[in-house]
Amino acid sequence: MLILRYSIYRFITMLATLVVVSALVFFIMNLPPGDYLSNLIAELRATGQADGISKVEFLRVEYSLDQPLWKQYLIWMGFWPGPHGFSGIIQGDFGWSFEFDRPVAEIVGGALWLTVLVNVAAVLFVYLVALPLGVLAAAKSKTWVDYTSAFVGYLGLATPNFLLALILFYYGHKYLNLPIGGLMAPEFEGQPMSPEKIKSVLLHLIIPTFVIGTSGAAAMMQRLRANLLDELSKPYVDTARAKGVPPVKAILKYPFRVSLNPLVADIGNLLPSLISGSVLVSVVLGLQTIGPALLTALKSQDQFLAGFILLFVAALTLVGTMISDVLLVLLDPRIRFGGRGK
Amino acid sequence: MTNLPNNHYVDDAPYDPNEDIKSIDRPDLDAPSWQLIWRKFKRHKLGLWSGIFLLVAYLSLPFVGFLVPYTPNERNADHLYAAPQMVRLFHEGAFIGPYVYPITAEADLENFRWNYAQDRENPARLEYFCKGDDYNFLGLFRADTHLFCAPEGATVFLWGADRLGRDIFSRIFYGAQLSLTVGLIGITVSFILGITIGGLAGYFGGRTDWGVQRVIEVLRSLPELPLWLALSAAVPSHWGPVAVFFVISIILGLLDWPGLARAVRSKFLALREEEFVRAAEMMGAKPNRIIRKHLLPNFASHLIASAMLSIPAMILGETALSFLGLGLRAPAVSWGVMLNDAQNLASIEIYPWTAIPMLPVIIVVLAFNFLGDGLRDSLDPYSDH
Repeated sequence: MLILRYSIYRFITMLATLVVVSALVFFIMNLPPGDYLSNLIAELRATGQADGISKVEFLRVEYSLDQPLWKQYLIWMGFWPGPHGFSGIIQGDFGWSFEFDRPVAEIVGGALWLTVLVNVAAVLFVYLVALPLGVLAAAKSKTWVDYTSAFVGYLGLATPNFLLALILFYYGHKYLNLPIGGLMAPEFEGQPMSPEKIKSVLLHLIIPTFVIGTSGAAAMMQRLRANLLDELSKPYVDTARAKGVPPVKAILKYPFRVSLNPLVADIGNLLPSLISGSVLVSVVLGLQTIGPALLTALKSQDQFLAGFILLFVAALTLVGTMISDVLLVLLDPRIRFGGRGK
Repeated sequence: MTNLPNNHYVDDAPYDPNEDIKSIDRPDLDAPSWQLIWRKFKRHKLGLWSGIFLLVAYLSLPFVGFLVPYTPNERNADHLYAAPQMVRLFHEGAFIGPYVYPITAEADLENFRWNYAQDRENPARLEYFCKGDDYNFLGLFRADTHLFCAPEGATVFLWGADRLGRDIFSRIFYGAQLSLTVGLIGITVSFILGITIGGLAGYFGGRTDWGVQRVIEVLRSLPELPLWLALSAAVPSHWGPVAVFFVISIILGLLDWPGLARAVRSKFLALREEEFVRAAEMMGAKPNRIIRKHLLPNFASHLIASAMLSIPAMILGETALSFLGLGLRAPAVSWGVMLNDAQNLASIEIYPWTAIPMLPVIIVVLAFNFLGDGLRDSLDPYSDH
């Protein structure tokens, strides 16, 4: 029951944060002088295509871009009724992409799921790699296992993601015959799910997951190693050893479990950097996530598209952090509601 | 020192009744803490060498024009995408000093690329303190002397040339001027914001603290890169390279301070209960003075260590932004701008040397990490970790 109440409390704070973030995103989108439509109008005037202007003016009124900024924000979010049925994000109307001349929902539709998929795969990769390696590095600390993993970890942290992507891509294709570009083979695009399609997607996911996850895995591995080393130096571990508990059990039974807590809490730090990485890597590798669309939209000041994608990325992070907080409470009975109440 | 039969050791020096027994045997036992830190840091070899490397790198930034053979935007239309040239010492078994083989371009009309043939007959010895293109020395006067350059009729592209025939080796050095200082400016912005805001939150607590905490939470929960992208997309495209450079570094710093502010805040919360702060308060010191004179010096070293660990993130950030075309733009030269050329698979396959600017990025980031780790480990001189 308490956990349920905590979850609800956490959910409400997340929503509040999201509202603040949306205001921030809207503010950033409106920082650059001018906007897409006025640029377009100026361009149409300059080239003498006056008849195109009326359509642009229509769009401007339709999406209430002629209103004062605070009102534009409220309408965009859907807190305020917009003109002619533009109902705003919370009612599922994401606005119009001027650059692509199509509704935002249509452009990002499938990409949203692929974005979630890529990021979930990256999180899984981080844990699958970091947990065993971190434990191994701590258990064999100050041996070549430890030094090698530390070196690889440092290298993973220092190499720019996007270059790692390009290089792995090239060699992965050359020597392992991994597919190049995109998240599935071209013939599966727009097709319904089938075993072959899933296989194709999984095959295409290998390199992006590896690239996005490497730096996160390196950081997490080092943290797990440090946590576990702290734990291993405590007297109860010595007692266990002295009493003849087998070495593997002496590590995994208690010290490992204690050192896991900070890792779950760490999701809050891990997710933003993973999602950042996935945007960048998607652009380089041409994955059909929202990364490339974000870049185009930002470059052309397509504010509804860019604003929605930024908001979505932030929401993804916030939801992930919320889940990790709730998990942490489930995992560790000592943590209780950040000291509120009793 | 004499060893008595009963295994006691006795000092041979005569007994001096007037000796000051309160003085310390070894004066260095009373060393100030910076000396203790330095002594411990010296033992962290990796950190020490990283520090020396970075120091040399930063100190040589003003003299880049002299150190490299070409200027950053000097085009060499006859040597587009020239492959890296080796500097050799022995020609046909005889030592003739560092030299290169001149290269000439041949058009490969089948694959539409340039192939370069070495002229193995005529080794061209490098020249030293020679005249080349002129550059601005220290921003004071024009100079045209280079440490080394190729003789007439030959080129010295140590790491190859890019698509306009510009020397990648020289451009990497020039790129360092921007890529390395981005982190410094960014960290300055981040420091000012982080220390002020974190300090206020930690010192005053209560409502200020609550507000700052929420702001930090919001900022830390956002993915950095999309925000960087959005902010740098807001930089007007008609601004000059220098203005763009400053704005980009400030943007990088603007999103970095929450981590620092959080660290400062927790330190303040711990320290403000200490007696020396109470004493200063009772003597009538203002919050401003207490923060600057009593609290900050107590963890300045921690701040420096954490700065060393955040600079690499900014260097990587600038590289990523410029790589995507939203950061610095040509004619500015930075490592990210250079890597922009290596953006597609074709250049990785055919002209792998266009990706060389990645190496300095990795090396500098590693060096900052090692230096930061070394500093952090040595900050607590009394611990044995």
